Amino acid sequence: MYLRRAWAVFWKDSLIERRSKEMANGLFFFAFLLLFLFHFALGPDRARIEMAFPGLLWLGFLLTGLLGLGRTFLGERENDCLEGLVLAPGDKSAIYLGKVAGGVLLMLLLQVFLLLLFTVFYNLEMRKVLPGLALVGALGAIGFAAVGSLFAAITAQVRARELLFPLLLLPVVIPLLLGAVAATGELVQSHSLSAARHWLALLAGADLIYLTTGLLTFEFILEA
Amino acid sequence: MKTGRLLGWVAAIGLLSGLSVGFLYAPRDAVQGNVQRIMYLHVPSVLTGYLAFGVVFLASLAYLFSQRSRWDRLAAASAEVGVVFTGLTLVSGAVWGKPTWGTWWTWDARLTTTALLFLIYVSYLLVRGMVEDRERAARFSAVVGIIGAIDIPIIHFSVQWFRTLHQPATLLRPQAPTMDAPMVFTLLLNVGAFILFYVYLTRMRFRLAELEEGV
Amino acid sequence: MVNGQRAIEAQGLCKEYGSTRVLQDVSLSVAPGEGLVLLGPNGAGKTTLLKILATLIRPTAGLVRIAGYELRRDADAIRRHVGFLAHGSYLYEDLTAVENLQFFATLHGLAVRKPDLLRALDDVDLEGDADQRVREFSLGMKRRLAFARLGLQRPRVLLLDEPFAGLDQQGIKRVEDSLTAFKDEGAAILMVTHNLGHGLAMADRVAILAAGRVAVERNRHDLDPEALSALYTTHTGDR
Repeated sequence: MYLRRAWAVFWKDSLIERRSKEMANGLFFFAFLLLFLFHFALGPDRARIEMAFPGLLWLGFLLTGLLGLGRTFLGERENDCLEGLVLAPGDKSAIYLGKVAGGVLLMLLLQVFLLLLFTVFYNLEMRKVLPGLALVGALGAIGFAAVGSLFAAITAQVRARELLFPLLLLPVVIPLLLGAVAATGELVQSHSLSAARHWLALLAGADLIYLTTGLLTFEFILEA
Repeated sequence: MKTGRLLGWVAAIGLLSGLSVGFLYAPRDAVQGNVQRIMYLHVPSVLTGYLAFGVVFLASLAYLFSQRSRWDRLAAASAEVGVVFTGLTLVSGAVWGKPTWGTWWTWDARLTTTALLFLIYVSYLLVRGMVEDRERAARFSAVVGIIGAIDIPIIHFSVQWFRTLHQPATLLRPQAPTMDAPMVFTLLLNVGAFILFYVYLTRMRFRLAELEEGV
Repeated sequence: MVNGQRAIEAQGLCKEYGSTRVLQDVSLSVAPGEGLVLLGPNGAGKTTLLKILATLIRPTAGLVRIAGYELRRDADAIRRHVGFLAHGSYLYEDLTAVENLQFFATLHGLAVRKPDLLRALDDVDLEGDADQRVREFSLGMKRRLAFARLGLQRPRVLLLDEPFAGLDQQGIKRVEDSLTAFKDEGAAILMVTHNLGHGLAMADRVAILAAGRVAVERNRHDLDPEALSALYTTHTGDR
């Protein structure tokens, strides 16, 4: 029953996202825009871009992810639906799990898109690092969504949510950023997954801790 | 209130003596000169800042478990005092760093983690300030406090790894590797004084909150 | 639940927000199969009271027992037995009627299948609109969908916040019939309204909430509409 409830939340959010098409498109346009910003900020020097690639990629991901995750509970704003969630009996962490799943999916889609943009715009050779990048991306997405969904639940009930959400989220996810950038750097340099394994372990460990904390504390956020 | 008064006096005397010993009587550092004395301010405040957040962490846990508002009041009081000590750490670190190593800031693991701790403190206090319902503010900030505290070691770890990866050369340390006995003594004296001062301030803030809420 | 035990019980309920006292020493009870209508002007604390009973707000003081469960200890159990018709519809505008019902059912752990959902919709004459998005529903249809949800849940306790607001005559009649049916099945109903006319049909008792206190409580049959109106004006200064 627990997993069914988590799935119900995930499915509902996916349906609504697909149908309303509200901001999902906007996110991808924003990612597109970031590419241009990076280009103008760093200039056309290809060597510089290549050196900064891991940082740029994950910075871009972080910024779009920030916008995306901030909307996790947006669908619950109309008609007091958040209240409706509070009234659901049983373990509230199932709702959290469903939200995290939705967040991970969104993050993965954004990553793929960003990577595509980078490849196209900077003519980068990605094939060898792709499987490694996919793993780094997945681990980063999980941690990011885990903390993001928790904080999104808090800020959904606060007035100045657009400001508070990044303020809460960014300091906490620094390890994820560091881990992803470092791992990507290793991957790009050595083309082998094993070189990055310490960083992958860090990401996985952080993910576990964030997810566990979220599962345990979510009920306190969605309570009376 | 008697304990409070006594505590206040002891803390004041401790601070006064600690700082005067540090700035006047402790031996002058052979390499850095008098600027090094800021260490007697910097190190105690960083320790106190972390101690304060440890209290925030434990009090937040206690609050979520017991639902008793006194734990929330303690967490909030400790956060308000702790953020000041942490801010003091960053400022004193900068003041120490500029003349000594020529830079206001260094990205080493400890300083970076302390700066992020400061930000987490700020976000904790912001959550409290932005939520109108007192009970909700307490719960939300408790969650922020818990996840923030759990994250601090992770942050420290990852930044340290990151730095050894990128900068295997000079690791600037805001503390001399070995110290003379008088310096160690002065340092310990100041650490003790700062912790007492922290306890005094937090207790006062806690009592103030109790009065405000008519407990 | 023990026989004779009250389905809804509140004793000495208080709610304060800082220095503002919204509810003051409120006590009431509703037995299974009984309907209590709570009248009162806006700002009297009716919605706050309802939300406390629905476990959405924590009282500052007082005892609440719903379906035998105490609020402070077993809020979760209470949620299984309470159907709340709130001010907000709890409906997702971009989902269809069936999808909304399905989500609610799964979230509340109700063992239902598609035919049950359709039957619940049919009971409120919405079966034809099952696959239409709620965004295109009128207020009356949304209210009916909310009742379909309650029909699926079949709770022991029903809490209703202004169920007649914005409805036409037909809609009002539907709601009244629904509530009577629920009562016949043994559900306890507490309904809040500031409209003196509607809903009295299913009321067994009437109470008036004014300035956070229960000013009056009577058996409905002891009151005729004029007497009720007079009482209301006396205690609330409203018409």
